[in-house]
Order: sequence, then C-alpha cells, then structure tokens
Amino acid sequence: MLITCPYCGPRDVIEFTYQGDGNRERPQPASQDLDAWNAYVYDRLNPAGDHNEIWQHSGGCRAHLRVVRNTITHEILSTAFARGGHKAEGRS
Amino acid sequence: MAEYSAFSLLKNALAGNKDWKPAWRKPDPKASYDVIVIGGGGHGLSTAYYLAKEHGITNVAVLEKGWLGSGNVGRNTTAVRSNYLLPQNTRFYEHSMKLWENLSHDLNYNVMFSQRGCLNLAHTPAQLDDYARRGNAMRHLGVDAKLMNVDQIKRLVPALDVSASARFPVLGGLMQPRAGTARHDAVAWGYARGADRRGVDIIENCEVTGFLRDGGRITGVSTTRGEIRAKKVALAVAGSTGHVMQLAGISHMPIESHVLQAFVSESLKPVIDTVLTFGMGHFYISQSDKGGLVYGGDLDGYNSYAQRGSLPIVDEVMSEMLALFPGLARVRMLRSWGGLCDMTMDGSPIITTGPLPGMYLNCGWCYGGFKATPASGWCFAYNIAKDEPHEFNAPFTLDRFYRGLIIDDKGQGANPRLH
Amino acid sequence: MSPRRTETGGRIDRLRTIRFTFDGAPYTGHIGDTLASALLANGVTLFGRSFKYHRPRGLLSAGVEEPNALVTVLSGEVREPNIPATMVEIYDGLVAVSQNRNPSLAWDIGAVNQLGGKILSAGFYYKTFMGPVFGPLKGTRFWMFCEHFIRRAAGLGKAGTAPDPARYERMNAFCDVLVVGSGPAGLMAAKAAADQGARVILAELEAHFGGSANWSGETIDGMLAADWAQRTVGQLEGNDNVRLLPRTTVWGYYDGNTLAALERVTDHKEVAAKGEPRQRYWAIRAGTVVLATGSFERPLVFPGNDRPGVMLAHAAERYAVEYGVLPGQRIALFTNNDSAYRSAVALKKAGAAVVAIIDVRGDVSTEMRRLASEAEAELLAGHAVVATEGGKALTGLKIQRFDAMSGALSGDERSIHADSLLMSGGWSPTIHLASQAGAKAEWDPARQAFLPPTPTQRWIGAGAFTGSFSTAEAIAEGRAAGLQAAGGAASSAPVPVVEAAPGDPDPAPVFEIKAKGKSFVDFQHDVTADDVRLAHREGFVSVEHLKRYTTLGMATDQGKNSNVPGLAIMAEALGKPIPEVGTTRFRPPYTAVSIGSLAAERFGDLKPERLTPMHDWHIANGARMYSAGLWYRPMIYGLPGETVEQAYVREARATRGSAGIVDVSTLGKIAVQGPDAAEFLDRVYTNTFSTLAVGKARYGLMLREDGLAFDDGTTWRLGEQEFLMTTTTANAGKVMQHLEYFLDVIWPELRVTVTSVTDEWAGAAIGGPNARAILASCVTGTAVDNATLPFMGIAHGQIAGVPVMICRLSFSGEMAFEVYSGAGYGTRVWEALIEAGKPFGLVTYGLEALGTMRIEKGHVTGAEIDGRTTARDLHLDWMLSKKKPFIGSAMMDREGLIAPDRLELVGLIALDNRPLSGGGHIVEQLDEANPHHSLGHITACCYSPALGKYIALALVKGGKARHGTRAFVSDPLRNRFGPIEIVSNHFYDPDGSRMHG
Repeated sequence: MLITCPYCGPRDVIEFTYQGDGNRERPQPASQDLDAWNAYVYDRLNPAGDHNEIWQHSGGCRAHLRVVRNTITHEILSTAFARGGHKAEGRS
Repeated sequence: MAEYSAFSLLKNALAGNKDWKPAWRKPDPKASYDVIVIGGGGHGLSTAYYLAKEHGITNVAVLEKGWLGSGNVGRNTTAVRSNYLLPQNTRFYEHSMKLWENLSHDLNYNVMFSQRGCLNLAHTPAQLDDYARRGNAMRHLGVDAKLMNVDQIKRLVPALDVSASARFPVLGGLMQPRAGTARHDAVAWGYARGADRRGVDIIENCEVTGFLRDGGRITGVSTTRGEIRAKKVALAVAGSTGHVMQLAGISHMPIESHVLQAFVSESLKPVIDTVLTFGMGHFYISQSDKGGLVYGGDLDGYNSYAQRGSLPIVDEVMSEMLALFPGLARVRMLRSWGGLCDMTMDGSPIITTGPLPGMYLNCGWCYGGFKATPASGWCFAYNIAKDEPHEFNAPFTLDRFYRGLIIDDKGQGANPRLH
Repeated sequence: MSPRRTETGGRIDRLRTIRFTFDGAPYTGHIGDTLASALLANGVTLFGRSFKYHRPRGLLSAGVEEPNALVTVLSGEVREPNIPATMVEIYDGLVAVSQNRNPSLAWDIGAVNQLGGKILSAGFYYKTFMGPVFGPLKGTRFWMFCEHFIRRAAGLGKAGTAPDPARYERMNAFCDVLVVGSGPAGLMAAKAAADQGARVILAELEAHFGGSANWSGETIDGMLAADWAQRTVGQLEGNDNVRLLPRTTVWGYYDGNTLAALERVTDHKEVAAKGEPRQRYWAIRAGTVVLATGSFERPLVFPGNDRPGVMLAHAAERYAVEYGVLPGQRIALFTNNDSAYRSAVALKKAGAAVVAIIDVRGDVSTEMRRLASEAEAELLAGHAVVATEGGKALTGLKIQRFDAMSGALSGDERSIHADSLLMSGGWSPTIHLASQAGAKAEWDPARQAFLPPTPTQRWIGAGAFTGSFSTAEAIAEGRAAGLQAAGGAASSAPVPVVEAAPGDPDPAPVFEIKAKGKSFVDFQHDVTADDVRLAHREGFVSVEHLKRYTTLGMATDQGKNSNVPGLAIMAEALGKPIPEVGTTRFRPPYTAVSIGSLAAERFGDLKPERLTPMHDWHIANGARMYSAGLWYRPMIYGLPGETVEQAYVREARATRGSAGIVDVSTLGKIAVQGPDAAEFLDRVYTNTFSTLAVGKARYGLMLREDGLAFDDGTTWRLGEQEFLMTTTTANAGKVMQHLEYFLDVIWPELRVTVTSVTDEWAGAAIGGPNARAILASCVTGTAVDNATLPFMGIAHGQIAGVPVMICRLSFSGEMAFEVYSGAGYGTRVWEALIEAGKPFGLVTYGLEALGTMRIEKGHVTGAEIDGRTTARDLHLDWMLSKKKPFIGSAMMDREGLIAPDRLELVGLIALDNRPLSGGGHIVEQLDEANPHHSLGHITACCYSPALGKYIALALVKGGKARHGTRAFVSDPLRNRFGPIEIVSNHFYDPDGSRMHG
C-alpha cells in the first residue's frame, strides 16, 4: 500500500502508523456527557468500503493525515493533513 | 448416521468406500425456527451443537453465506491455550480447554487436539517476572503453568537459538503443558456433523441480507434463500460483525476489523514439537502433523476486509522467526493468507444478549477465536437458551466498555490494533 | 556419453563436465544442466517418494511445478530441503539427497502404507484415533500416542539446525513497466516498452530468458525462436533503462502495484563472487505490470499415471530440445489436445522412437495426422491409457477404445511397450499473480481453463497467460501490452513473423479416464480421483472443502498440476459445470520463498541497539548490562566475586550513605514549545503546569483518554513558552505520538510544537547526602546551594567547560540532581562528576540499585503503570486536578474504575526474611497444593539495605485497608510460599526530609 503524504509524496505503508476511525468527534474538554465520551473512546465506524481514517506519517514528517481509503480494495482515494490545509489526491 | 471408528473405516474400505454418507445434510431452509444462528464458522456451529446437546433445542438453523468454516476456523494458526493474565479470560479459556480435551469423543470426530504445550519465551528479567505473574495467576485458578529455564527449553526445542550472544537472549519461558494445537477444519466439520446429527439444519450459501422486525424486536432474517423467522436470532459472524450489525441498523460498535496474516512453510520432518512465542516482538510458531511450520505475527494494523496482507508484516515475521531459528533460513514459506479479526477495544470478546430485543451477539474474538470455539459456543448456547449469561461469559458484555469494566489482558487501552 | 544424452542439440556445453553427487553416488553432467536433466541423462528414473503412500516417483515436469522430484541440497551442515530437481542448476561439488524415504530411495519402508490402501482414504484421520472413552488413553492421549508416529512418517525434507552463514539482501526497485516472464510475449513487451523510453524490469524465473521460444522449435523473423529470443535479450541488455533479472521469481502481487520477487543470485555457483548475496529479495513498485507468465500443461488422470517414466509432454520436449536428454527410447504420448503432436515431432527429431500417440479424441485433424506421421508414430485416435506397467521405471502401458463424449471405455485392452509415457491434458494459464492482485478468475469452456480476471490493479496480460496459446498471438499481445504500459501509441510497424506448427488451442474436455486402479490427481499428496469422489460422497463439495478434506493442491506445487483436474472430477460428480464448483483464490507466494530472503539484512540483525552516550564507559568500568526494550543499561557495576544482590545492596547503601551516580540518558525527553505550551500541558497532565514558574520543574501524571494511568515524569519550565518534558524510558515513543495526535488532530488551534530530544541530551542523576558537595566542587557558572537550586529548581552552569542544565529532583529519595548535557559531551561530564566524587566515595549504580531505592520510596514505574491501573489505584489521586479538565478526566470515574475490589498499590515485607520474586501472588490462606484466591501480585521487589529486609511493591485487592495485616506470598511457579506483612508503599523516609534537605 502506498500513501501519498502531502509533504513527502507517495510512501510505503511501513512509514505510517494507523490512528483509526477519523469520524469520531471528541466532546468539548469540559463536557460531562459520558455517553458522548464513551462513544468517542470506544465506538468505531467499521465500514466495508470507503473509510475516513487518520494515519500518522510516523516514519517521515510525523504529520497526521486524513485518508480516505477503501477497506476492501485498499485503494487510497485521498489524503490531506488532519489539521486542515493542503490536500493531496493519491490513487495507488 | 453411522459412528466413525476404525471398524467403520475397515468396513467401508472393504466396500470400496462407496457407502460413506455426507457428513451433514444439505437441507433447504424451513419457514421458521426456534433459533437462527447467523454464521457457519466454528463459533456458530458449536453454538448450534451445544444448543441441541446441552439444552435440547434442536429446531435450529445455522446460516452460512459461503461454505462452512470459511471464516477464521478455516484459516488460523491452530493454537489452543488458556494462558491468560486476567481471571475473566483465564476462566473462560480454561473451560474451553476442558471441552477441547474431550472434544474428539464428544463429536465422534478426530479434531486432532494435540497437547504439545505452549511456551512463551522471555528475554529480559522484567519479562520473566511478567510471565511469572501470569503463570501464578493461572495456577491460582487451577490452570497448569510452569517456568522453564534455558536448559529445559533447549532440550525441548533443540533448533532454538538460546545463545547469550543473541540480540534478545532467551532467559526462560512460561509453559502451559496442556496447551497445543488442533486440526482447524476438522473442528468446523465435527461440530457441523454433530449438530446435524442432532437435527440442526445447516444451510450453506445462504447470506443474510436484512433483519425482520416486529416493532423493535428482531423476528427473523431475510436471506438470499428467502425470509426465515425465528424466536431468537444469534449472530456469530466474527470479522463481518460490523457489516451484519449495520443491516440491523447499528452503525457503530466497539470493534475494528483487521487483517492478520499467517504463513505455512513447506512440509518438514519434525523440528518444533510445541507452540512457541517470541517475547521481543510478535511471533508464534508450531508444526503441523503434515510437517508444515505454521506461524504468524502481528496485525497489519489498519481496518480491512480484504483478507490480503502487506509486505512489511511478512518481512517482520520472517525476521523474528530467524532470530529464534537461524537454521531455518533455507526453509521456504509455501503459503500465506490474511484472516479478518474483529478486534475489540480491550482485546476480549463479547458474548451477550442483545443489543436489540430478540438478538444475541457473539463477536470480538480478536485473534483468539479458534481456541475459544468450544467455550464460545457452549456459553453462547447457554445464554441463548436461558436468556442469561453463564458465569463464564458474564464479564463479556457489550456495555462493559461504557461501564469501565474492561478486560484488558495486554493493558493497551482502546487501541484495537495493539491488542 | 551417458545413455540418454543425445549427440547434439540443446544449450548444454558438452565439452565442460560437471561432477556432483545424488544420494552419495557420483554423477556427471554439463554446464547448462539442471539436476533433473543431468540425472535423467544418467538413466535415473526414480527421483522421490510421495508423501502418504511413499510411492516411487520420477520426474513429472521440467520446471517450477515439479511435485515429485524434490531434493535436499546440502552445503556443509546447512540443509536446503524440498527443492525441485528441475530448478537446481548443477555445479561442481553439488551435493543433493533424496527425501522422505528410509533407508533409501529404492527401498523405502514407508511404502508399506500402500497396503493400507482404501482404509487410508481421504479424511480417514478424522474418523479414527479417537481412542477409548475411559482408561489411561482417554482424552487426547491415544491420539497423541498415534500422532507421535504419524508425525515422524510425515514431512518431506529435513531442516537444518546449523545457522545459515549465507547473506541475503533486499532491494527496493522502481520502474515504469515490470514484465513478468520472458517468453515471446514478455520479450516483446519489454522491448516495446523499452523502445518508448520507459524504465523496464524484465524478470524470468528460470536461468535463461526466452520461455517457450527456447524449446518450441518455431521460427520467428526467419530465425530459430531460441535465437530470436537471444537476439532480443541482447538488444534489451544494451539499454540503460532496462534491468534484466534472470533466476528471479515474482512471487507476490501486493497493494499499490508493489510486487515481491526472489532472485537466486548464487545458488547455481560453486563459489559466490565477493560481496554477492545468496539470494536477493526485490520489492518492486511498478507503474504497470505486464503479466506474460505463460501457462502450465496439465496431467491426465488415469490409472498408474504416477509411475516413474510418465511425464508431461512439453517437459519431455524441453529435456530433448534444451538439454539434449531423451526421457526414453520408446516413447508413447497420451493427449486430449493438439500440443502433444508438436512434442512428438520434436522428440522424434531428437532421436527417440515415438511408438504411439494415443488421443482421447476420435476426430483428429488432418494437420495433426500429418504431424503424427512426421513423428512416425502410430496414431490411436479415440483411445485412452487405462494402465501402466513397471516398477521403479515404466515398461509399458495398456490402452482401450475410448469415447470422449461419454467417457466410456470399450473393446479389448492392448499393450504397448514403452519406457516413457508423455501426457498432455491441456493447458492452464498461469494466472496466480493476477488472482493475488484481486479479482476472480473466469472459466473459459472452449479453452477448458481459468482465464485471468479483469484487472483490479494496473496490469496488462499478454500471451498464453491470457489464453492466447500461439506464439504469433503472444508476440502481438506482448508488443501491444508493452506499448500500452509505457504509454505509447499503438504501432503500425509489422510484428515479427512466426512460423509454427498448426494447432487448435482447445482441448477435448476430458480430464480423467475411469478404469480400475489408482489414478492420481495430486501426485505429491497422493490424492486420487476416488478420494475426490469420496469427498463428494461425504458432502465436501465446495472447492475449499475438497482441498481441505483431501489435501488436494496443498502440496509444495500448490496445485499447479492438480487444481483443474480435481475441480473437473468434482464437477462431474456433482453434475455441475466446473465454474460452479469454484476456483480457489491464489495467495502469495506463487512459488515457495526462502525465509532467509524475506528476513534479508535483518537475518542476524533483528533490531537496532540503542546505546547511551556513556555506554562505552560503563562497559570499560565493569558494568553488567541489562537489555530494556532496544536500550542497554547498566544493571550493576559488580566487583569481583559479588553476587547481583551484593552489588546492588552495596551501590544503594553507598548512595544513601554518601553519593551515587546513575546514567538516566534513556529517559524520554520531549521539548514542548510555543505560546500555548503551558495550556497544552494543563490539558495533557492531570495536574497544572501553567502555574509553574520558569526555572522550576514539576512531577506530572498523564492519563489515557479512557481514564487509566498512562505515564509519569517531571517536566521542566525552561522559559515562558518552553518546557522540557521527561517520560519513562519505555513510553517515550508512545507519549510523543500521543502529544502529536492531540496537537495535529484534536487541538490544531494550539500553537505548540513538540520535538523528541531524547537522543540530544545525556543525563546523569547524582544523589545522596554528599551529592550537592560533589556538584559544588565541579560546577562553574552557577551556585548549587539551596537558594539557587531549591527542590525542583533548575540551574544552568558548566562542568568541565561543558554547558549543563541541572535540576534538583529525586527518584531515589535522597537529595539528588539530574545533570543534562549535550549528548556528545555526556561522557566528559560523566567523567568529571566521577572525578569530583572521588573524595566523597561516589559510586556508580545501575538499574538494580535504582530499582531498590525507588521501591524503598514507593515510587511507581511501568510495572505498576501497566495499562490497567488508575491514578487512585496507585494513590496518585492527589495529582488529579479538580479545577480543570484534562485528558482522561471525563472517563476516570466510571463504575468499573472506582470499584472497591480493584488492585491497589501496597508495600510488602517478607516476614520469613527470604527473597521475594516479581510475579509472586498474594493470598490470605496459604494452600501450596492447590493455590487459589489470589489477592494480587508483586510488581517489584528487592532486599532493602535501608530497612534490612526483603520488601516488595504489590498490587493487592483492598489495598490500603490491608495495611498492617498479614498475608502470604504464593508463588507456585517458583515454589516460594511464606508470610508477609502488607504495609504502605512508602517504606523509607515517607515525609521526604532527606530529599528536601
């Protein structure tokens, strides 16, 4: 699998660390809504198909990326910095 | 159906093997059942078997979308052990071990359970203490465990590099002598035949496409072979849990589906006579009766339904293998495959009533599912029949995450790829 | 000249003789021979024994699909088992031995299994060996007793135990076009792509490029196909943009058009050239892949089809044409298709007598009749072989009239005298890589073969791989594929002209001749047609069940020979077309791959070693090192004759008595900088850092999101916007990743950067009553008195001219200082401190003494923060701020995390004054025979010189409530049982007066 890092270009999956489901929303730090916290910490969307997920380029620039990837074909549909900004289209 | 025995083999051989009957029938689905079990893998089949055997519930259908045993029971590294740290896990897996020890008789099917032991190698004093903690925890629950020193390990596995100059020298290990391996496909077939003999309908090529409801209650399933109703619908679909729960309208679960690769070498004369794990990485190995080395390592580490692994893990696993067995560099890897693991947030399984009325859920086996097969079915059947959990599966609820009653054997927290 | 070697022909060099041994007997061959061709030339017919029945077996093939002729190649003590003799290129001094026989290949006691006959049918293991229900052999014992013998009888070759001295190498390669296979299609594709300027890699699994061109006898562009191939390879060789990889098997097609290949660099050499690895593992990232992998000829299934001397037709053609070896003097062919006729002609030309061509088809074309007469062979159309004769070599066969439509045999048997029977059951495209890459293969009823699926990754097929079996098609498709892969336009230039024997690519749909006797489908695993039918009878009808129940296709040839015939027999039994039985998905590897090659450079070098800047000093000064993760740290600095316990007790006692110094460079160190750094730390730690004054440090605790304890350490405020965070050694990477995740994903608005500086700083902790005096004697540029350097204060100065940062903090419970300097100056500062400490009796101490002093103080480390404990469990709840939210604050009070029966940190004292061990458990009632009811376990233990007792830290249910009570240590694994007292974890100086000074 090759993931296109917006900084570093296409790189082998070995350089990346998976950080899971990118659809999860962290409650406000002071939130006391335990159900929302539990859902954030424990519940995952786990689709067979396109999945919005977070990867870290841990063996490279260390940026976190928001990657849309198909979990059946492993095709990477897009990558972008998780913090926003530049987006790289990557098909691999 | 006839009992299997040396005598029946001889009798049939004399008749040219023409009189053998199918190991299980191929019935068409009926309109309704008392219990539908979705998933014809090891856990689904054992659930049906124990429903019939232990609870007299025989009006049961097992629905399998492909061929029986096509999930993890058909592709795994066959290790059976109960060497867990936490008591909830140890009790459950020890119950499984006890069922394993009589399984071939129970099923009248030789599942080739071979108690050749499972040895966890330790490479630092701290790790040896960790293993002592675990082994002592097992012993305090009546489970067998012992520490082995380097000399004993060398005698047991002469091919192992135990030299002090190794990058991670072997300092000792934790052995569970009753652990071992079994012939994985035979487990599926034996349970299928056993359930079938007690009247369970096993229906292959029957994919569930939706759930029938009456208000909030699940009353059956729609399938590629028509609608089937049931008083109780039980899910045992492992890696497909996320997908099937979505059919029931539940989009989020404390589960991620991951790929785990495993490997088999070409057939060799006996070289490793136990199940062995490496302590400074993620590697385990045993040798099958046919002579193939069966081994694997860590998850690929990302969500996947592809049953296809990637090269970095291949390289890692082989490197770790040779760190232990530098004499096997010229042995060749013959087969590899990627299995789907339903990884939970604490690395422990889920066997529970619900989450919807009329539904029962069995999932989250991470990569421990094969050895759990007997106890998983046994407990799930109990839970389905009595509508309450047995004490062995009582801790494995779905709400334990919310309640903080997590069972985290590896101490990794809500990070499925690390369990 | 050996009996079966032809006078001329082939690419072997008859002038150069090579000497080798097989099973100890000396043989000769020529350069260019494989072990198979050389032994065949020497008249050897018996090459191996089958897996189950130990039946004698000869060569089936000439290539990578060989199931029978497996050998072990020896190189000194190092063994390489299960190598097809067809893939071993001989060299002087080659030593090969046969396998799976006892005592010898000719006389194998295992052949007794054949007497088991029908009892040992498919699946018989599952039906017996269950043993008695009662008595000493109940449970698993009877099976394990039987298994002991079964295991010794099973298995093929024997693995070695001597470490392999060979070197393996990994290479990453990138190309525009990877061409797999170098037959006419592959060569054309490589040429076309290279001419477009594309970067091309051409991989060929055999030693010579050319594929079928090497033996087809056809003419391309007016020259012999083999010469055309040579010329084309020559043209490619000259191009800078082309890399040619012979002896290279592309075995895996992974995601992202990443392919894995194995190059056998020196396996064929007596002596490797300097620097050459034995094998090279290529990870190739290709823009486009051209799959020109050809096809496999299929065996026919008939009684006695496994007798030595029965061979695939094209294999015999290859032995004759490429190696100048005849598989026999009197050759018969048995076929369901046209390709065998060309083989017959080739063998005739090479000098063999072709006595008969037996064709299952009643209706044979005029062209084929012409070829039969060219081979001077009797053509027996509408016939089939029903038996073979001979022992360890073929002597003859029996045939009968056969109706290809009904499969019925009729008429009298006729015997034919022959010493070689060649079979052709049609051809199967080699679609393995395409299948690995994704989609499902499709059955083609005309070709009677599975054709490659629609691409799901970027590959293009060409030649026999696509079912286009003629060379003319292969050449046209190869060129088109090469052009397309290189992004070139279709060419209107003429394609090379091929002159070839005619032939219909479609075989008759005949796979099996049903007659009395064992008809083998999977040769190596001894799976017969009857076994397939038995599987059907017992309901194992899906292709996967068939495979698993009978072991069909699970041998080392991975079903290359048996897959389609097996499916066809099952399909017939089911009365269904073949595609409804299904095909199995191919997975890597295409052929078996050495484990050494996959480990490559990591063979013998699994993981890097992390060494602190002072590592060499420790070694030179007698430290015994301890491996901690990837790090090495001093465990003790033992004196001659000292035990470990004596050494650490001495070190700890000296530290508490005067002063000691320890290397703490392995602690994780993270620079946290930026306008929002303090705010960020307030969110990350359970306690508050924004109130920390510049020049001061504070102990901090982090939780995970789920509310459990994660890591602890001190963080130093070096400036208004600058902090230096320290973490435990083990968690340094995890904490870094944790911080980065929050900054990047959760709180991108925070203006903070984090940088790992673990390797930038060397750290030494110096502690004890005289620590300050020692520092005072060597530090310049700052005072170190209580006013300048109060508890948790930071000062900057120099030691030995090196700038240092000093923080007064303590893990040992003594007045102590951590001295940080640039990593490159670590040893200089360390040595200066040692020198300054001499008048005070400063000792160096290792991890054992460090651990001892921290246990005495009751501090926690990774043994207690084990991922399952909370701050409350560890009595760190005083650090949980109630004034602000922090990571984990919302989740830490869930019912399971505040339950009263949780394990809590306590101290233990051994009342029998004997050592305790980590991992021992705690019980209220001692029961050595049946230990039960564990209350918890020991996390760390030592002999405490300060207390004069064996003490431990433990996690115990009830925790504090048990202080002052007695219990027992129960450690059945080490047979250590005895009374203990449960006490507070703060054993020593609980009010901290020593470190506060």
